[in-house]
Amino acid sequence: MNIAIETLRADRRRLAEAGESLGSRHRLLAMVASDEKELGADRFVLRYFFSAGDGKVLALETTVPESDPEYASLTALFPAASWSEREACDLFGVRPAGHPDPRRLVLHDDFTDGVYPLRKDFRGDRVEPRVPRREFPFPKVEGDGVFEIPVGPIHAGIIEPGHFRFQVMGDTVLHLEAKLFYTHRGLEKRAEGMGVEEGVRLAEQICGVCAVSHALSYSQAVEDIGGVEVPERALYLRSLFAELERLYNHVGDIANICAGVGFAYGSNHGARWKEALMRLNARVAGHRYLRGTVVPGGVARDVTDGQLGDIVRTVVEVRDNIQQIVHDALGNPVAHDRFKKTGILWKDIAVKLGAVGPAARASKIDMDARRDFPHAAYPHLRFEVPVLEDGDVLARFVIRALEAKQSADMIRQIAANLPGGDIRIPVGELPAYRYGLGITESARGENVHFVMTGPNNTICRYRVRSASYANWPVLPYCVPGNIVPDFPLINKSFELCYSCCDR
Amino acid sequence: MLYVLKRLLKYGLGTLPRKTLLKTPETPAPYTSEEAAPIAHLGQMDDAEAEELRRLRRELPERIRKAFGRSLHIRHLDAGSSNACEWELTALLNPVYDVQRFGIDFVASPRHADMLVVTGGVTRNLEAAVRSTYEATPDPKLVVAIGDDACGTGLIGPTYAHYGAVDRIIPVDVYVPGNPPTPVAILQGILKAVEKRKG
Repeated sequence: MNIAIETLRADRRRLAEAGESLGSRHRLLAMVASDEKELGADRFVLRYFFSAGDGKVLALETTVPESDPEYASLTALFPAASWSEREACDLFGVRPAGHPDPRRLVLHDDFTDGVYPLRKDFRGDRVEPRVPRREFPFPKVEGDGVFEIPVGPIHAGIIEPGHFRFQVMGDTVLHLEAKLFYTHRGLEKRAEGMGVEEGVRLAEQICGVCAVSHALSYSQAVEDIGGVEVPERALYLRSLFAELERLYNHVGDIANICAGVGFAYGSNHGARWKEALMRLNARVAGHRYLRGTVVPGGVARDVTDGQLGDIVRTVVEVRDNIQQIVHDALGNPVAHDRFKKTGILWKDIAVKLGAVGPAARASKIDMDARRDFPHAAYPHLRFEVPVLEDGDVLARFVIRALEAKQSADMIRQIAANLPGGDIRIPVGELPAYRYGLGITESARGENVHFVMTGPNNTICRYRVRSASYANWPVLPYCVPGNIVPDFPLINKSFELCYSCCDR
Repeated sequence: MLYVLKRLLKYGLGTLPRKTLLKTPETPAPYTSEEAAPIAHLGQMDDAEAEELRRLRRELPERIRKAFGRSLHIRHLDAGSSNACEWELTALLNPVYDVQRFGIDFVASPRHADMLVVTGGVTRNLEAAVRSTYEATPDPKLVVAIGDDACGTGLIGPTYAHYGAVDRIIPVDVYVPGNPPTPVAILQGILKAVEKRKG
């Protein structure tokens, strides 16, 4: 995949004016800060990548000097930039002037002020001593009968860590604030200096259940830099692995949403069919989470005709059974009542905050990176992008069922039309200090990876804007007005990874 | 209901299947109290894995009873993992593995737990939570580190935000390597920890 990127340069103080001229047709994909002192730049370069329609990307670029690291924030114009600007402030020390919420994001309150781990002069494994913990400023709702329920970071179930503060009146949530980045592992810093071929293994570590999508985004970014033409068979196999990943995620999510309302039949049978898909993954790719399949230049695993038959048989069986489960769940009055009108994500909030994936499509936003940024074998496959209107848990449940069916059909198409030939070509020598973008659609939505090469085929800067990173900010807007016991259900209907988001 | 039907017609889940598509698993053969109960849904397991699961089925409940005199209560602790280990732990509760029949249960609080299973290599932002969870677990306690990052052999290793091994923060009894380890490997690790407790 080659993404056409048009670059627009602007002064750091006039960034907002440049942003205003873009108009509403542009959607923010990702904001990437980087320390480019070794290239002779006056230190920090900020790049805002916008989707300009028709698969084109517009890059708004500005430089920020070390002596006065401040620039005009774009968050007021593009609220989707909010987290990225806060993150750049934490990790690089570039301050967004006029940002409405300049609290810390990635680094928590006991990290030393004035130390910025993603600057090039910070050694990757340096451990900063802790400074005395300051109180994180959580907004509070006050009044008679208003209580606060703090939850986490360690939750009661087998799930990932995050901290939530519910302000409640009786059972009704008035306000929800999430504090995340507990699982921040510093992967972007870890990637710096790694070889580009080795980097794909790190990309797979971002998240267990989006491993293919992250590996694919990363590989496409690397191939974008080197102009690598991936063999056709590899493109089909990439789509095959990506759809297998989407299918097991959607099946698991359908089961989990059922579990969220105590619909045990749906959750148990869903879990059983998810296990069938995990076992299929192990048989076909040698790994239950499909790690080690996608690599820069192609794929690392081929599939035989016998395996294709196995895949199609299993997938069709799972599809039919999942349809039955969804049918029964929607026909169950308790499940249906709890799904409907719960956790509504309004379209204007979703658009402004840049929601992606099934959550956006369930709120009337017609987007899908498989169609909008053609990659892998998707241009050769027939599929529809289902879009629903209501934006509630029910819509997010149904959209997964519809997409699971599409995935199963795509897998059948791939099995029927898989071309022969090589599955991998060498990436070769890549030019230094060039960047590439990789955009793919994971089960949670669009994953955007930015890779900049250094000398000798190494990574100089790696930035990941995962689907969960884009969707986490919208979740707190869907909860107020609902009752506390519906929060786990709403959360499950978004199914956001913490590890994808925190990296 | 009408709403659902309208949705389905409009967005086409296709013709809804009339017959029940779920196949009931074959009725298991009867077994005596000396034999281990057969394991359901083994269709897609290879023989070695199925045999291993049968062995665990025979040994684990017995070992747990000897070591604890009752069932084993486990608390999961995410110390900054990649989410894969979490889903493998969740898989232990699905109808295929169904570890509750082994006398194993996952509990909501460390104060109810005999064992902590820790995933991930402990991030800086979770260190305090890991320590206080460990302290909240009553003695004597067992700690099992799940996955390469937790064991200290992961790709990520130490960074400014990540310690890279659970035993740098709290003592670990059993290490279960893997990226992630399979559900059966996790069960083997749990069995190893239970055996250690007895000795």
